[in-house]
Amino acid sequence: MATVVLLAATGLGLGALYFLVAAGLSLIFGLMDVLNFAHGALLSIGAYATWWAASGHLPGAGSGGAGFVLAVCFGTAVGTLAAVVLELALIRPLYGRPREQVLATVGVGLAVPALLSAIWGPDARPFPGPAALSGTFGLLGARIPVNRLVLLGAAAVVLLALRLFLGRTRHGLVVRAGVEDRAMVTALGIDVRRAFTLVFAIGGAAAALGGALGGLYYGSVDPGQGTSLLIFAFVVVVMGGMGSVAGAALAAVGVGLVQQFANYYTTSGLGDLAVVVLLAALLLLRPRGITGRLA
Amino acid sequence: MSGEPLLAVRDLAVVIGGRHILHGVDLDVAPSGVTALLGRNGAGKTTTVRAVLGLVPRTGSVRLAGEETVRLPTHLLVRRGIGYAPEDRGVFAGLTVAENLRLAERPGAGEPAYDLVHELFPELKARARQPAGTLSGGQQQMVAIGRTLLNGNRLIIADEPTKGLAPRVVTEVARVLERAARAVPVLLVEQNLALVRRLAGHCAVLADGRTVHRGPAADLLADPDATRRLLGVGRRTAVTEEHPMAPPGPDPSSAAQAGKAGA
Repeated sequence: MATVVLLAATGLGLGALYFLVAAGLSLIFGLMDVLNFAHGALLSIGAYATWWAASGHLPGAGSGGAGFVLAVCFGTAVGTLAAVVLELALIRPLYGRPREQVLATVGVGLAVPALLSAIWGPDARPFPGPAALSGTFGLLGARIPVNRLVLLGAAAVVLLALRLFLGRTRHGLVVRAGVEDRAMVTALGIDVRRAFTLVFAIGGAAAALGGALGGLYYGSVDPGQGTSLLIFAFVVVVMGGMGSVAGAALAAVGVGLVQQFANYYTTSGLGDLAVVVLLAALLLLRPRGITGRLA
Repeated sequence: MSGEPLLAVRDLAVVIGGRHILHGVDLDVAPSGVTALLGRNGAGKTTTVRAVLGLVPRTGSVRLAGEETVRLPTHLLVRRGIGYAPEDRGVFAGLTVAENLRLAERPGAGEPAYDLVHELFPELKARARQPAGTLSGGQQQMVAIGRTLLNGNRLIIADEPTKGLAPRVVTEVARVLERAARAVPVLLVEQNLALVRRLAGHCAVLADGRTVHRGPAADLLADPDATRRLLGVGRRTAVTEEHPMAPPGPDPSSAAQAGKAGA
């Protein structure tokens, strides 16, 4: 029982991480038809910026208490900024040229880890976090690492905030409409490109937060972290139905759990394969994803 | 046409994927009433409308109230006062009726005219919280037209607003367009010639991506030879109820109009 609980908690924590990356990826694809292969790079930027700040380089930030919160905020802000710059400088000029857009994001997705590796080295760096988050707590006989809870809490807050944004604000309304029919949104007199930048910023913020908290989960940061998470995030996006935030949340939980349980109860590594099999099965049965609807 | 045209299109050309879809469309929308854009299927009517709005890349000249707009992006052109009800209605299926209307609000452009929209289409008020994707075709068309009436637009463009609708709904849409046109000029793309005869003052006819005729709509529809030649309809009379371009179904009102048109 304890093992099952631990696996479930770890799977949910991993699912939370996937969701943080997939939420933005899904909205970006749904609204703009852009497969953003640079999304993992945004996560890495968030992770390294948080690590840099928490290591004492940013005045006021540190590895404990309010200092760590500031470091996470800093990392998220840097990731958001990077996402906005990416949209304005690379995606927007290539609007209407999907192939070039994909190539550009692939390029950024490769260049950022290389850059991080060149500056801070290719090896994993220990991630400084508050002592309170490195401990465990007891649940049904299992010792669950506290950082899983932090990830789950952050993912829940992001999910709630996104749903409020999409459901209650005019910008959110524009995004939901744009996911359905971009041209018609412009034909109503709305500058849909602003929604593009906004969605990139939101997606970048969520991914960078994922990077910051992923550092806690893995206990370290390395240049390739974002890229390896991105693959599973893509699986989550496809399973959840492109453009659906709720679908991404459901799929992220499913993928995280299946991966953990399969890796533990079968051969290690089979969990990753199981996820792909799950994706194939779902696509055959429900081609539009779990929720079968958009946004 | 009396007075300067509200919308003057000259030499409008559209090339998509190396194919010339439009080559030389000229069109004037009268400063009042309904101007009809006619032509056989595939003549380029919808492309013309989309090109006017900048939804497809185009060259030529599109002047709105005397100002050149061909270089303006769609959203800025629309904000100058154009309401557009597209051929596929452009209703956001996953959004509620109220949300569909709210999207058409233009912040900073005065109070949205919900009173007018709800007076014309009381059903939209009753179904405000219903997802637009669950509406009937006619109700979706009401949403599409309602959005064009919400702002104090200078021009309404309606692309085949009666296409695929039940005869009773066609009559209702016609009634609303007639009323709207008393306040705002309307550019109407329409295959239902009975409706065109009832509503339109002027018309332009397209064939193979260019303008082949411009003039009063009544004159064209009263001329069986011209309608046959330009629109490919009718043998001896211009518009009859068996007419392929008239609305299908035994609708007494449209049949009566068609009869009138053919007389």
